[in-house]
Parts: sequence; C-alpha cells; structure tokens
Amino acid sequence: MKTKKISEFIAFNIFRLLSLIIVLVLVAILSFIVVRGASVINWEFLTAMPEEGMTKGGIFPAIVGTICLVGGSMLFAFPLGVLSGIYMNEYMRATWFKRFMKLMTNNLAGVPSIVFGLFGMSLFVNTLGFGDSILAGSLTLGLLSLPVIIRTTEEALKSIDNTYREGSYALGATKLQTIRRVVLPMAYPNIITGFILSVGRVSGETAPILFTVAAYFLPKLPSGIFDQVMALPYHLYVITTSGTDVEASRGMAYGTALVLIMMVLVLNITATIVRKKLNKKLKVN
Amino acid sequence: MIESKNLNLYYGQYHALKNISLSMPAKTVTALIGPSGCGKSTFLRTLNRMNDLIPGVKIDGEVLIDGKNIYKDKMDIDLLRKKVGMVFQKANPFPKSIFENIAYGLRVNGVRDESFIKERVEKSLKQAALWGEVKDVLKKSALALSGGQQQRLCIARALAVEPQVLLMDEPASALDPISTSKIEELIHELKKDFTIAIVTHNMQQAARVSDYTAFFYLGELVELDETKTIFINPKKEQTQNYITGRFG
Repeated sequence: MKTKKISEFIAFNIFRLLSLIIVLVLVAILSFIVVRGASVINWEFLTAMPEEGMTKGGIFPAIVGTICLVGGSMLFAFPLGVLSGIYMNEYMRATWFKRFMKLMTNNLAGVPSIVFGLFGMSLFVNTLGFGDSILAGSLTLGLLSLPVIIRTTEEALKSIDNTYREGSYALGATKLQTIRRVVLPMAYPNIITGFILSVGRVSGETAPILFTVAAYFLPKLPSGIFDQVMALPYHLYVITTSGTDVEASRGMAYGTALVLIMMVLVLNITATIVRKKLNKKLKVN
Repeated sequence: MIESKNLNLYYGQYHALKNISLSMPAKTVTALIGPSGCGKSTFLRTLNRMNDLIPGVKIDGEVLIDGKNIYKDKMDIDLLRKKVGMVFQKANPFPKSIFENIAYGLRVNGVRDESFIKERVEKSLKQAALWGEVKDVLKKSALALSGGQQQRLCIARALAVEPQVLLMDEPASALDPISTSKIEELIHELKKDFTIAIVTHNMQQAARVSDYTAFFYLGELVELDETKTIFINPKKEQTQNYITGRFG
C-alpha cells in the first residue's frame, strides 16, 4: 500500500517536472527574443524601408510580404484542403484507394520544406512561367500546408458522431444538406484549429520561399501578384548570415524575429477567439 | 400499413435478417423485442433504408409501405425518409436552437414560408407534449434541454415533416422513469395519427405501449401476435422463455 503511494507520488512529480521544463524552454526562447528585440522595435522599424545595407531603417516590406504570402497561400490551400478533407471523410468508401490517399497525405506532411521549395520553383516559377513572384511563393506555401489542413479537416469531421448524420438523413435531408447544415457547422471549431496551425507554419517557413518569391533586398511594396517580395523569415536569415554587415544588423535581426513571433501570436489569438465564439454558438444559443 | 416479404439482410458474409415476413397495420404500435443482436434494430432500420449508409450491407426481399416496394430502384430515398420518420436511442438534437431543430426537416425539404414553418414548429412541439415547457425559450440551444426533453424534441422534429410512420429505436432506454413514462404516454397519443414501430429491451414497456409484438431471435422472426397473446399465451417456447426471463 505504501509503495503504491510512493510510486504515485514519484510518477506525478516526474510528469510535473517534465511539463515545467517544456514551459520553461518556451518562456526562455520568448523572453530571449523579447529582451533582445524589444529595444529595436518602434514605429519607424515597423513602417520604414530598410536602409544602409539593411543595418538601419525598418522592415516594412518584409512585413507586407509575409502578410501577402500567408494570405495568398491560405486563399489557395484552405478551401482546397477543406474540400478534400470533406471528400475523404464523407464521400470516400473505405477502400485501398482511401488508405493510399491517407498514406500519401501523411507522407506529404513529412516532406522537408526545402523539397517543396524546389518543386515550387520547378513547377510554378519555371514551367508555368510565374517567375519569382507572390503567386509562385503562395502556391508553394499552400502546397506545404495542404496536408495539415486536409488531415485536421478529416479528423474534425470524423469526431462528429454518426447519430447527427443519421438524424439529418432520417428527416429526408440529402447528403450535401447534411454536410452543409449539420456536419460542417459542428466541425468548424476544429477545422479552424487546422487553419491556425497552418498559418503559424506558413508565416515562419523560409525554404519554400527561397527559390520562389523571396527577395534579398527590395525596398518597395509589391504592386501585383507577379512581383517579388521580401519576407520576414528570409529577411531574418539574410541579415543574420549574409547581410552587408552581420554584426551591425544583429539588433535588427532580433527585432525581425520578435515581429514575426508577434504576428503569429496575434493570428493565433484571433483564431482562438473565433473558435471559442463558434464553440459557444454551438452550445448555448 | 407496413409489410415485409422474405426480407434478408447481410452484413458482408453475416446473415443478419433471415426471411422476415411480417405486417404492421396502420395506426397501431408494434413492438420489436428480442435479445441484443437478434436483428430487431436492423429490421427497424430497413424500413427507412437507414442501413443503406452502412458499407457492405446487402438486402433482398421486399418492404412495402402503402403497397409500394421501397427497395425498388425508382424509390426516392429522401422522400421515403420524410414519410418514415425515425427517433434514435440516443437523443440527437442538432446543436441549433430548439426552433431550428424542428424547422430543419422542413427547410431541407424546401419549405421557405416562414409563417408556415412557425405554425408547424408549434404544432409539432404540441404533438410531442413539449410546447408548454419550451414555448418561451424557442431560441435557446436544444442542447440546454434535459435528456427527456431532448428526446421529445427529436420526436417533435420527426413529426414536423408529417410522416406516416414513426420508427423508434429504444427511444427511452437512456431516460429516467419519469421521462420514460412521458414518452410512453406520448406513444399512446401518437398512434391515433401514425403507424409506430418501436424497438425496446424493456418487456414491460412493450406490454404497456404496443398493440402487436414481434419477437426476434438470431435474425429470425420467431413470433408476431397481439401483444396480449404474446405476453399471456405465446405459441412458441422460445418466446415464452424470453418473456419470462429465462434467457436473453
């Protein structure tokens, strides 16, 4: 009896310790960036063009570029991914083909992002002739996030009890009506989780945009989808490793990192609020 | 009037319903009883073709509703399900308001006239003996209702599309005794207008609510007779053993 209590005590504390370590690591990374980066951030940093070999001025074009790329990739990947997820979960019969599709989607999620970059360059930039452009970069990033969106949509739909579908069919509703009016509204909160994850990942990816859109130095805003842009993660990479004066732009680098993190954070918080609102709407009207 | 003729159903290789032939007269209540896995729920679900949704199900034989074989190719399944309503074991209101739950069946069947929908919602809730309890909170989520109220809401929802037949798959098995007796009273009222088939594990319930009782065992229909006869003087020994609790 006593040993049982002791092992209970030890196990519980090990779990607690491990979770604490994870939180600590996260806090350490964040505070490191905040401490180093906060002093750099001011209105000019956020709204001005980079100057003097990117050691001074701001990162405005990179912010705009990242927003364009995140927006563009989601515009492409979100509807496509959600529709594919609906098809896979609601329409496909459990055959070898469905298992094959699932396997492929899972594998696609594991493909290194640099490979997506190469593929995007070969297909969008060269073969389709989009050149280095927002369009090519967005499509490449979109491809990268497709598997995550498809899988989370599928999981979201799978978690909805079949009794709701049956209840709808039993009233004479068609399959499409059932999906649109009963299943999807119940799945939205979890589908949005997939969306959050994708936005977070897409905004931080460097490799896929390397060959498809990112500009080393381009102190102007894009005027269309066939323009190149700067982007935050790539800008960060550039000024830390291969800028004109790496030492002089160190502060800028932390500032850029902080802006990138804040952007993802704001997007995540917004999406979480939307999800909570939807969840609440489902429960008590 | 519901009639099945030589109805067989297979789940893949498994022969789940064996040559079921029976008929249920209009505006009566028929209880389907038998031990778990005997095929009573499966049979109930053949009557609105709910089994079509399960992959690997094969059905042969006929089910006639109003003399029409519902397994003929030309049958419109959505129309069939509008005509043959269903209430499930677990109350499954949609996560919408009480009003929208009842209106759902009308909306998916193309009704646009809001004043008509409003009337029908009220009528259905009255039929399901729920109107008094919810008339002031129609905009509230259906999920805020108690289990028994949710089940009556599901009955009202089924009634809203004006079916002729109501299939009930253990509608009270998850409810407390008071809610159960409310559902049973309701069944008494509803049989004036609807043909009802109810699957139940509760023998007293079968005896209380039904006019006819069908006893299923291992995928076969053992006996179907007036409820009184089944419970007082069954013809088959298996039936006798089951209702006296000797197996099952």
